[in-house]
Order: sequence, then C-alpha cells, then structure tokens
Amino acid sequence: MSSILLILFSAIFFSGIILRTKSITSGRKGPGVLQPIKDVIRLFKKGAIYSETTSIVFRIAPVIYFSTVLMACLVIPFGSYKGIVSFDGDFIFFAYILALGKFFSIISAMDTGSSFEGMGASREALYSMFAEPAFFILIGSFALLTGHTSFYNIFSTLHLGSSITYTLGGLAAFVLLMITMVENSRLPVDDPKTHLELTMIHEVMILDNSGFDLGLILTAGYLKFAMFGAIIADFFIGGLTLVPAAALFILIQILFATVIGMIESFMARFRMSHNPQFILALSSVSFLIFLGVLLVLEKFV
Amino acid sequence: MINVLIVILLFAIITVLLVNTKAKGIITVLTVFVIAFMSSYVSIRVLLGENYEVLLSGTITFGKVPIIIDSLSAWFILTINFTLVTGAIYGFNYMKKYREKKNEITLHCIAFLLIHFALLGISSVQNGFIFLLLWELTALSAFTLVIFEHEKPETISAGINYLIQSHISIVFIMLGFIYVAFKTGNYGFDAIIDFSNHQSTLAGTVLFLFFFTGFAIKSGFVPFHTWLPYAHPAAPSHVSGIMSGVLIKIGIYGILRMLLLIKIDYTTAGYIILFMSLFTGVYGVMLATVQHNLKKLLAYHSVENIGIIGIGIGIGCIGLGEANRWMAILGFSGALLHTLNHSLFKSLLFYAAGNVLQAAHTVNIERLGGIIKKMPQTAILFLIAALAICGLPPLNGFISEFLIFGGLYNWLYSANLVSLIAISFTIGGFVLIGGLAILCFTKAFSIVFLGNERDITSVKIHETGAWQLFPMYMVVTLMVLIGLFPSFFISALQKPVKLFTNNIAFNSNIAQVRIVDSLQNINWLFFGLILIVLVILGLRKYFSRKKLIESGPTWGCGYSTPGSKQQYTASSYVRSYSKIAKPLLDIEKREVEIMKVFPSKKHYETDPYDKIERFFIDKPLTLINKITNMFVFLQNGQLQRYILYGIIFIIAVISLPLIFDKFIMVIHFFNNL
Repeated sequence: MSSILLILFSAIFFSGIILRTKSITSGRKGPGVLQPIKDVIRLFKKGAIYSETTSIVFRIAPVIYFSTVLMACLVIPFGSYKGIVSFDGDFIFFAYILALGKFFSIISAMDTGSSFEGMGASREALYSMFAEPAFFILIGSFALLTGHTSFYNIFSTLHLGSSITYTLGGLAAFVLLMITMVENSRLPVDDPKTHLELTMIHEVMILDNSGFDLGLILTAGYLKFAMFGAIIADFFIGGLTLVPAAALFILIQILFATVIGMIESFMARFRMSHNPQFILALSSVSFLIFLGVLLVLEKFV
Repeated sequence: MINVLIVILLFAIITVLLVNTKAKGIITVLTVFVIAFMSSYVSIRVLLGENYEVLLSGTITFGKVPIIIDSLSAWFILTINFTLVTGAIYGFNYMKKYREKKNEITLHCIAFLLIHFALLGISSVQNGFIFLLLWELTALSAFTLVIFEHEKPETISAGINYLIQSHISIVFIMLGFIYVAFKTGNYGFDAIIDFSNHQSTLAGTVLFLFFFTGFAIKSGFVPFHTWLPYAHPAAPSHVSGIMSGVLIKIGIYGILRMLLLIKIDYTTAGYIILFMSLFTGVYGVMLATVQHNLKKLLAYHSVENIGIIGIGIGIGCIGLGEANRWMAILGFSGALLHTLNHSLFKSLLFYAAGNVLQAAHTVNIERLGGIIKKMPQTAILFLIAALAICGLPPLNGFISEFLIFGGLYNWLYSANLVSLIAISFTIGGFVLIGGLAILCFTKAFSIVFLGNERDITSVKIHETGAWQLFPMYMVVTLMVLIGLFPSFFISALQKPVKLFTNNIAFNSNIAQVRIVDSLQNINWLFFGLILIVLVILGLRKYFSRKKLIESGPTWGCGYSTPGSKQQYTASSYVRSYSKIAKPLLDIEKREVEIMKVFPSKKHYETDPYDKIERFFIDKPLTLINKITNMFVFLQNGQLQRYILYGIIFIIAVISLPLIFDKFIMVIHFFNNL
C-alpha cells in the first residue's frame, strides 16, 4: 500500500521539478512545482471537442491508457514493502499492461485520420518496440542474480555487495533512466517542447485530445515518471525501515527528476533516424548487465 | 460409435449430392454439429478421466486399427470441433452470395465434411497407414476448399502450390512410417515405441527430426511456410479461418504425438525446435508487418504464432531434458493453450476480414479506411482479436504467452552457460515478436477501420448480417472466458501435459516460478482493470455533464480542408521499420518521381516479397526449369516420336537387367583371369 501512495505523491511534484530545473538552468525563475498538477485540474473541469473523423476508439482510449498505467503501478514494491499485489512474473504483467495502454494510444492517434498523428503513432510504436527487449533482459538478469521472478522478491533480496554489483546497479539505473525517457517520449528521443508537428512524437499523437481526456493523458505521463523513478529507487533502498526508506525514496525521485531536467537542458534531440540505433543500443547495455551477472555468479568457468 | 459416425457422414455426403443449394448448406452445418457433438462428448469425458479405446479389425495389409482418444487427442479434438462449428455457421452465411455456383457448392460442402472427419481421425487413430490415408484426405479436401473460386488464376496456382507442398510433407511422414514398418513389420503406433526403445537415442532423434520436418511443412515453420501466404488469401474466408485455426495445428499435434512415441534426446531436439521456432516467429511477424493484403498479413501471422507454439514445445522439451519439472509443464501448457487460443483469434480475424471483403470488395489495406463507422460490430470484434493476438491483457493470448514466459524464466534455475545465452536470445526474440505484432496490428486495425475512407467511396458498405456475426460472438465469448477465468482451462490442460512429464525423473531441487498462483493474482488485476476503466468513464461523464462537448474537424496544423488521401497510409506507417529491416526484407519498389517544373502524375508502389521463398523455392525451381528445358526438343508434338519413346522405354526396361547380368559376368570373367 505504501508504494502506491508514495508513487502517487511523487507524481504530483515530479513534472514540476523537471520544469523548475529546466527554468533555473536556463536562467529563469519558472513556475511552482505544482503547476503541472494545477494545469491538469483545470483541464478536468473543461469541456471537450472531438474530431468528426473519430470513433468510439478515440473516446475510450485515454481512459484505458490511464487505467493501464495505474494498474502497472500496483505491482511496484517499495523497498521491503510489497506493492498492492506481488506474484511471480509480475514484471511480465507490468510490461504487457503498459503495452496495452500504448496500443490504445496509438490507435487513438490513428483514429483522427491526421497524417501528423499517424507519423507520431508510427514512431512511438517502433521505439517502444525496441525498448521492450532491454527491459526484459534487464529484469531477467536480476532474476538470475537473485533467483526470484517478481519485482518484490528481486528487490528485497538484491544486495549490492561487491564493486561489480555496484557497476551492475549503476548500469541498470542508466538503462531504466533511458527506458523512462523512451516510454515518456522525452529527450534525447523526443522533445516535448518542440513547436513543429513534424518533429514531435508523443505530443503530436495527442493533438486532438482536449479537456478531461487530455488531463488523463498528462496525468498518466506524470504517473509513469514516478513509477519508473520508484523502480530505480527500489534498487537502492534495500531493507531500510519505513521512515528512512520513504525519505530516501523521495530523495531519489527528486534526484531523478533533476537529472531528467538537466538532460533536457543540456542535450539536443537526436535525429529521428538515429533514435532506433540508440534504443537498440540499450538492449546491448542490458545484455552487458546479463554478462555481468554471469560473472558474479561465476558461470564462466 | 465410430461406425455411427461414418454412416452419418456417408449419409450426409449422399444427401448433399441430391438436394438444392440452400439445403446442402443446412445439411453440412447440421452434420458438422452432430459429429462435433459426438466427438466432443467423448473428449470431455476423456479429459475428466475416462479412457476411450476401440480396436477396429482392419485388413491384412495394415493390421489392426486402434482408435485411442487420450487427453492429448481430446484437447485437439475439442479445438478442432469448436473452430469447425463456428466455421460452418459462418461459412453457411458467407456462401449465400455464391448460391448460383451449384456444383462448386456441392464439392465445397463435401470437402468440408471430409476435412472435419479427417482432422478428427488424425487426432485419434494410432495406425500409421490409416494416419497417412487421413493425412492425404485432409490435403485433398483442403485443396478443394481453397480452389472454390477456381476461375481466378491466382486461386488455382495457390491451390496447386499448397497441394504440392503438402505432398512433400506426406513424403517425409510416409518415409518415417514405412521405415519403422519395414523394421518391425507393423504400422501401429506401438511399433514406433517398440522400435525406438530398441534403438539408440541418436537414431530416435534422427527419426523424430524426420517426422518433425514433415509436420513442420504442414504447420508452416520457416522455411517451409511458403504455401501459407498464398493459400490463405485465395480461400474463402471461413476456409482461411479453418486452415489457419486448425489445419496447421494438426502438424503441431503430429509433433507432440511423435514426442510421446519416440525416445529421443530431449535437450538436443528441444534446442532445434526452440531455435527453429524463434526464427519462424520473428521472420513471420517481420514479413507480416509489411504486407498490404489483409488476408496475407494474417497468414504471415499464423507463421508467427506457430513459432510461439513451437517456442513453448521447445522449452517443454528442454525442460524434460534438464529434468526441470516446472519448465516442462509450463512450456507444454503454454504451447497447448496457445494452440487453442490461436485457433480462436485467428479464425475470428479471418472471419472479420471476410466481412470486410464482402462489404468493400477488397482486402487491400491501402484502399480501405473508416469502416468502423459503417461496420462497428465487425470492427470491435477485429479489435478484440487483434489485442488477443498481440498477447495483451486481459485476453486469452496473454495467458498462454505468460505461461511460456514462465517456463522460460524457470529455465534460469537449471541453466548452464550455454543455456543462459540461449535464454537471453529467446527472451529477446520472444519480446521482439510481441513488439512487432503490436506494430503490425495497430497498422492493420487503424488503416482498415479508422480514419476516413480512402479508395472505397464508390461502394456502399453495410454491417454484415446478424447470423454471420453470431459465430464470431461465439469465438469472442470463449476468448474472454479464457482471459478472465484461466484456471479452469489450465486445470483441463493438466492431463495432456502429464502425458509428457509422467515418465521423467525430475530433479526436485530446482526451484519453480509459481505461475498458477500468479494467474490468481492476474485474474484479480484484470477485474481491477475493468473496474477502473468503468469508474473513470463514470467520472468523465460526471465531470463533463454540464460542459460543452463539441465536434469539429481534425487539427491539420492550420490546413482546413485535408482530404482522405492525405491520411497516413499503411506503407508510411511502417516505413521507419521497413527501412531498418531492409537488409532482411525483399521489397520491390516502383516509383515515378516528380521531375519537371509542371509535375506529371506521380506513382509509388511497393511489393513485399519473401526472401526465403526467393532462395529456397524460386532459385531451385528456375534451376530445375533450366535443366528440364534442355530436353524440350524431345517434346515436339509428333505422335510417331512419342510411340518411339514408348518402345525405347519398354526395350530399355526389359534389356537393362540382362545387360547388367552380362556386365557382372564379364567382371567375374576378368576376376577369374
């Protein structure tokens, strides 16, 4: 229970911290950290406009997208505390339920009949497809290292002991950070602040969403950030008791948000044609982690 | 029971010959019902724990014919029956448009009855000779079903392609059976058990691989898949559904049956099956993604799903070899459940494609669009099936893929260095299959059903009739049931899986991935998902009750009159993918660029082809053609010459042995010198 509350709590300020970091590094004061949430609440209260081309798919997709992200949060543990549910193979469920949301967000973009949204949908489908193997091999490596196949058991038995395991932890954090960026369509894969539809990915897919639906999609984005932040935090929390663990959790979330803000301030977006190579390279890093685990377990004899 | 069945079948075939077109259909559907009911009844009792064995007397040539329905047969019989029943109802309505083709309908009905009978027979008969006869019967009746629209040249060529390849499959299986019968003098399946018990494991494995090749052609494993993408689009849609749903699965049945009969080196065979399946899966979905023809796209997806089933079988086999109990159980359960699942969603997809074909008169994806507004039920049914085939929760595809994943991760507990590398490759490939399937089905669904109409504005599109939709709802109901209540179906699977795991001494020290407990949790999560969706829908309704809900044109970045031709097309949707996969694909591009100041008409056309087909089928064929062309002078149309050839042949047949004897004599003579 504590994990979902913490995720929801950090989702409230996560996006605000990214914005604030970006503002400060570019020499502006910037809005308060709660501004994104205020925006969403304002959206929830608004009416909506639907395109004449769209069908029922377009209306139901944002709801399903949001629900899948919420469901995915349920299996994330918090240190030595289980998530709402925990079972063997829950990370498979995690990845597939996110894929369900992605499926609906793609077909909802295609439902508008706009060529811009089609372009964004095509890119999103391709990139998230390439990001999947990295995630599965990463979790598979830790399943091998700990002998368990659920998020909770993996994290609660994971002890970063020797220098090589620290390296593995660092690499894993890097891979997860990059998967987060791909999943949330942020730099260096996609730039949420771009003003030209041709260069957008995620933003262009939701061009026609408005009102409550847009609010749902944005909230789902914040939740996704906090969710991946929670996974990264779990790598380092280990067996701490509730209060210090919660403090560390929040600290890591803030740090994670700041890092994302810094990346977005100092990096440029890749050329579209370089993105697949970059994302495929993530799988190789995952494979490196896998080999590292083999080294730790002394499977190379 | 068997006799009653055969009498009913013969009676139905004779009546079909006599009555009018409408009655032919009704009789076929009723007979399929009766046969399905009788065989399902027996099968369900077998799954509940009874035995069913009949020994037919047979003849002196092939010995006694045991009909044994064990739990494996029962599982396949139930799968076959369900798809055949829905296929019959769907087909009856689908064929209403072709009532004037009286003779074709007669043949079609008879072939339909025969293929049902033959498929049931294959899954229960335990005599190699009869097995081959029935195997031939399925090939011939499937051929007859495929070439219903025989006036189209591509249909005939697809049918003949299928006929040839399925006979190559028969050759492999026949040689396997004949070899065993030659060694033991008996065609019964127990002879195979005897035979392999007296041989080394290596010999058993080779024999198994021989059978495997034959069955792999029938199932469409790469590189034996090339008949599928032609036969499925050419056939009427219910036939495509049945072929893809159950006909190719009979090959899977053959592989599983041989695993039970032949004593083999499980680890080696498992690795071979696993990697062949992995390749099949990835290659199938890679090609599916670039297809423009909806039915061809679905056909390549059958190749992919056969790959997934094969991955399950491979994992199961390796589990047996490494004495890893749960790996074996999960692998085989996943494979068997996916066999059922695929028969459901693939037949549903083909039925939906059939509805689209009849309404819009084309299955070229690039010309369709916006059909969801005209045919909402077909569209939603297609969407559900598409979600299921991508393995997305909360539908049945997820359950079987989850089981296979469970087996895969259970492999970690008994792995050495080699198998660990294999695991990482398998995980990567399996996940890639899933991702590409999502890319492919988002494309298929959204280009066909969403957006605006592209090139079908001249046709008036209506929703299909209720009776044609009814079998589709039957399929969807079962799919949702498997998705939401998987424990029931998995407990039904326990008996067939036990057949494989019974005689193995498992290592009890290997840990297990507790998948069955997980399914309980996943069950709750599925209901939770549905609940959350409903709650949020309610919230949205509540929040926007007094708000202004408008409708307007799609945002075109300031451009206010976008036409339907400016929509994203299927080719553009997968363009970034096909650019990356270019070295592995074979896409022919025909393009007329805009060159001058006053542009002429621009033209752009792509035509995906199968690289493996080019190297594996076309190249050898051209070579054979070249060689045979050297002898074309022999065929000159003069009757006298042909008679001369005949005489030369007869003389050669008579004299060759004599000359051979003389030759031996001469050699002896020299030896004596």
